[in-house]
This record gives sequence, C-alpha cells and structure tokens, in this order.
Amino acid sequence: MPSLPDMNSTDVEELAHRAAERQGPHDHHLHDEELKPAFFEWLCRLGDTTLVLGHRISEWCGHAPVLEEDIALANVALDLIGHTQMWLGLAGEVEGKGRSADELAFRRDAMDFRSLLLAEKPNGDIGFTLTRQFLFDAYHVALLRALTDSSSVRVSEIAAKALKEASYHLDRSSDLIIRLGDGTEESHRRVQKALDTLWTYANEMFVTDSVDEAVAEAGIAPRPETLRAAWDSHVSAVLAEATLKRPDNDFARTGGRNGERHSEHLGHLLAEMQFLQRAYPDASW
Amino acid sequence: MTVSTRPDTKDVWNWLSDVPDPEIPVISVTDLGIVRDVRYEDETLVVAVTPTYSGCPATSVIELDIETALAAKGVSDLRIERRLSPAWSTEWIGEEAREKLRAYGIAPPSESQPSSQIASRAARLAGRTSLVVACPRCNSTETEKISQFGSTPCKAAYRCKSCFEPFDYFKCI
Repeated sequence: MPSLPDMNSTDVEELAHRAAERQGPHDHHLHDEELKPAFFEWLCRLGDTTLVLGHRISEWCGHAPVLEEDIALANVALDLIGHTQMWLGLAGEVEGKGRSADELAFRRDAMDFRSLLLAEKPNGDIGFTLTRQFLFDAYHVALLRALTDSSSVRVSEIAAKALKEASYHLDRSSDLIIRLGDGTEESHRRVQKALDTLWTYANEMFVTDSVDEAVAEAGIAPRPETLRAAWDSHVSAVLAEATLKRPDNDFARTGGRNGERHSEHLGHLLAEMQFLQRAYPDASW
Repeated sequence: MTVSTRPDTKDVWNWLSDVPDPEIPVISVTDLGIVRDVRYEDETLVVAVTPTYSGCPATSVIELDIETALAAKGVSDLRIERRLSPAWSTEWIGEEAREKLRAYGIAPPSESQPSSQIASRAARLAGRTSLVVACPRCNSTETEKISQFGSTPCKAAYRCKSCFEPFDYFKCI
C-alpha cells in the first residue's frame, strides 16, 4: 500500500477487472450448510458496520461546519448504505430464511448487531468524526482489496464495486487528517485527543475469532489480524505527515463485532433509525 | 395463432438511447454505459443495468424510467436485472457523451494518469490535485478541486482560476 493513497492509479481498476474475470454463475459457498452460520455472521459484521457508520455520519447532514463537508459526509454515508444493501442482501440469501436487507437492517435489535464498536461511537466534533472515518477507511480499503480475491464470487463482486468508492473515502479522510493535524494548535489538539480515544476501539478491527477462522478457512476472507500491517503502514504515514502521535496501545476494546457487548449508543441509534419500520411494519411510499 | 410481437433487441437499444439520465439529462442511460445487456429469456425482455455508485439514489429512478419508456413502446413483459459485475467504470462513457457533458458545464472524467506516486504525492502536499481538469466553460487547465464530493456521488466540485466559475467534475471510478 502506498504511503498516501493514490486513487488515480490503475490498481483499483485492475482489481475490479480481475474480480470480474473470475465471475461465474455459481457460488458454491451459498449452498454450504456447514459454513452457513459463520458466513452469515461474517456478512452481518460487514453490513452492520457499514450501516451503523453510514447512519452515524448521515447525522451530520445539514449540520457540518462547511457546505462542502456536509455534502461529502452525506455522499460517504450514501456509499456506505449502498454497501450495506449488498452485504446484508447477500447475508439474507446465505441465511436462507427469506429475510431481505431491509428486514435485517430494521427488524433486529442491538444484541443481534455485529457492528464494530468504533462505528457506533457518537460523532463528537468534526475532528472526532473524521478521525473515526480515517481509521475505518484505511481498514475498509485494506479489507476490500483482500476481498476482491475472495473464493466467493459474490463477495468478490461486491468488494470490487465497494473498493472503488472506499478509495475515494480514504483519499479524502487522509487529506483532512493531514490538514487538521498539521493545522492550527486547536485542530491538532482535537484530532490528537480523538485519536487517543478511538485507538483501542480501532484495535477491534484486527481481532480474529472462530467466525473469522471459519470464513478464512473457506478462502472467503482474510483473517482480520493479517490486515494490520497494511493498515499500520498507511495510518502511520498519514499521522507522521499530520504531525500527530500514533498512540502506543495494543489493547482492543471488543464486543461489537462479536455481539457480546455493544455500548449504550447503539440502542439509541437504532431507536431512531428503526422507528418507522417498527411503528408501521412494511410501510412503503 | 399468436403472432410474436417482440421487438428486436437492436430497436430496444435504440429506444434506450433516448432515455435520459435523471440527474444529467443531456446524456442517456446508454451514453453513461450503465445498460449492460438487452436479451430475451423466452418471451421476457431482460435489460441488465449496473449502478454507477452502489448507494446512488438515481438507480431506482433509472430503472423506473427504462420501464416507462419501454412500456410506451408496447413492451409489457420486462424484467430489469441489476448487475454488479464488472463494476461500472467511467471509461464506459463514450467520446460523444463526454462532449455533451462538457457542453452542459460538467468536466468529463479525465483518464490522465499522474506520472508517478511521488509526483502525485508532492502535488497533493502542495494543495494541487494531480489530475488535469479543464474548465468546461473557458477550457483553462488552471483549475482547483474544492471538494472530492459534489452535487451527486459521481461528481467532484472544482473551481476555475481563470474565469472564476465553479463547476462539476465527473470523477473517474
């Protein structure tokens, strides 16, 4: 991974072509009964994270400090919710109980969510939001790159599509972290504080458990810990450029991705996001 | 005896070339390269459409517009297939369509590649983008990026330093 992402390189395009070439009508993983529970769970981890983060940043719509940022955050939110439709749509197919992406998104309660704790953190100030976004984007790009090589055709197709968008997200958030970190004393202080707060949450992205082992064994996804090196090299380079200090803390706050212990914030977020479908099931317009 | 009235796929492609993109009405859905396939499955006409961006709200509007346009031509047995792969690329926008975009005030996607990672990085640190984007109004290449994200997911916001006009740039994907 380059020290700063270069989104005009042909790399992303190449990965998309490669994913498309391996396209076939049949994805045998979708009918693997033994793999099903882990595959479903893993897809929910991806889709729930993009959903919760997408919803979080959409909360800035109409409130961001400058118009361009307002529009950019809404655009990134839109992309992430688009990814959610694909991941949770596939999760529903794998599960085989006829649940759609909407049903998974709007009719599950907090304990059934498998989103990263990082994603549900409240927005804080714009520096906090962008720091959270930067830490996630760097992971997201590393993960999607790896997934374009997935043994599951369906997963690789979604990854190839999502990677094109996530690359722009990382490009932008890296740029803003450099500008804020190497900006004024106040912006530097705020971003450093956000970084120190969020670091142990970010560490959850690289924890490997039995679900990850099962999908890795099937060649569907990399073990999360293997993404750490690419993430670290990009994040460290940007932080150095931004004159920010990389926190030295390997402790990982876990419980979001495996669903054991979400923070109270998730329930509040879902209460707002799911209200309409809860109050008026199957409402459409 | 029933007479098959199913239209030729060539005609269907022609009709689709008259369906405008809802957000950029000067180009059609075929100009944009999002119609990937037109075929018959038995008597059902299948039109494969790929989204530009995965969360683009125009996708369902486009599908509805295609349905409406084909219904007006008498196609009733229609299925729209959403195809994900290969992922849409701005390379699929034809030369003629690029000209239409420019005339409309949107700078078309620029396939110009930065000479190297280092050059591109240096440009970024100097606040410049490595892309050469010509102003669709005065054609000056003295332009700057205001924001990576513009009025729709597919565009970025730019400003011309020669004629001072802001404009949209259709970004490469």
